[in-house]
Amino acid sequence: MTSPAAGTRTLPPVAAYALALGDDALILAQRLGQWVACAPQLEEDIALANIALDLLGQARTLLGYAGAVEGAGRDEDDLAYLRDDRDFRNVQLVEIPNGDFAATMARQLVFSAYQYELYTALLGSGDATIAGLAGKAVKEVAYHRDHATQWVLRLGDGTQVSHERMQAGLDRVWPYVAEVFDGDGTAAQLPGVAADPATLRPAWQAYVTPVLDQATLRLPEPRWRSRGGRSGLHTEHLGHLLAEMQHLHRSHPGASW
Amino acid sequence: MTGAQHRDGRPQSRDWPLWEVFVRARRGLTHHHVGSLHAPDAAMALRNARDVYTRRGEGVSIWVVPSAAIVANSPDEKDPFFDPALDKVYRHPTFYDVPEGAKHL
Repeated sequence: MTSPAAGTRTLPPVAAYALALGDDALILAQRLGQWVACAPQLEEDIALANIALDLLGQARTLLGYAGAVEGAGRDEDDLAYLRDDRDFRNVQLVEIPNGDFAATMARQLVFSAYQYELYTALLGSGDATIAGLAGKAVKEVAYHRDHATQWVLRLGDGTQVSHERMQAGLDRVWPYVAEVFDGDGTAAQLPGVAADPATLRPAWQAYVTPVLDQATLRLPEPRWRSRGGRSGLHTEHLGHLLAEMQHLHRSHPGASW
Repeated sequence: MTGAQHRDGRPQSRDWPLWEVFVRARRGLTHHHVGSLHAPDAAMALRNARDVYTRRGEGVSIWVVPSAAIVANSPDEKDPFFDPALDKVYRHPTFYDVPEGAKHL
């Protein structure tokens, strides 16, 4: 463990909540950015970059707010670039490697459908910053969800090969789904401000299940499940992702355009 | 990959068809051609058009049309198509006096 001074310390609940949601968005933005110049088509390259930039915008707002509420002088860059992996609070779903395009779309379907329910719930948050972010972000993630849905339908109900790869993509990400809806105690400390993740699952299920049915895909039944991202327990993959994401800022502190 | 096909029996195409994209910048204006893109079908073409051509708030409405559906004149027909119009000056409304203060003629 890193020292408390460099770590997350004990944040006020609103800051901890914003940090967790912001880390989800930041890490997934970085993962999606890895598709740039590698996507199956130029058009898809741009679509994934757009989605990544939407998520990065959400992350900036959330990390900036977490730093402001903490009141220790850390800004969005400090939080994004100067924390180590154990101090990140994202769920493991967003940090696992992209896999093939089908696996990326499987994750996008799962996560954007979750974010859609999350931000819809947060529209009524008693915290003006969080409610304001939700108002902007819910439109962004509605598009992300639609984009992923279109691909899951086409790949699932496409050729024999695309069907098998889409199913394999779902099977790959599904062990990480349960963790997304785990409570970590933070939301419970913020009634009227945060959304309890467990309460989002029925609406999420009501969206995702018919998509999989229509795509002729099977709902995976994983034999294990991830846990612990919200308390700083991560897969080996997060450290490698952070090395790439953070090295420039750490090599050239304070550098700007 | 020989004989690959969709599960409903359609042959699988390795290359996505080309689509022409038209964007309307504001209500009241017409759609303008902005470019083309590849997409597997119309619904994806519309989404790709949104992602490629309206990233900076360029539009409020998008049309996509299969490029194959557009009928164009041949360059060989350029002379008979267009030259005859060049010497018909009387078709241009240049013989009117513009009233004072009319700014948007």
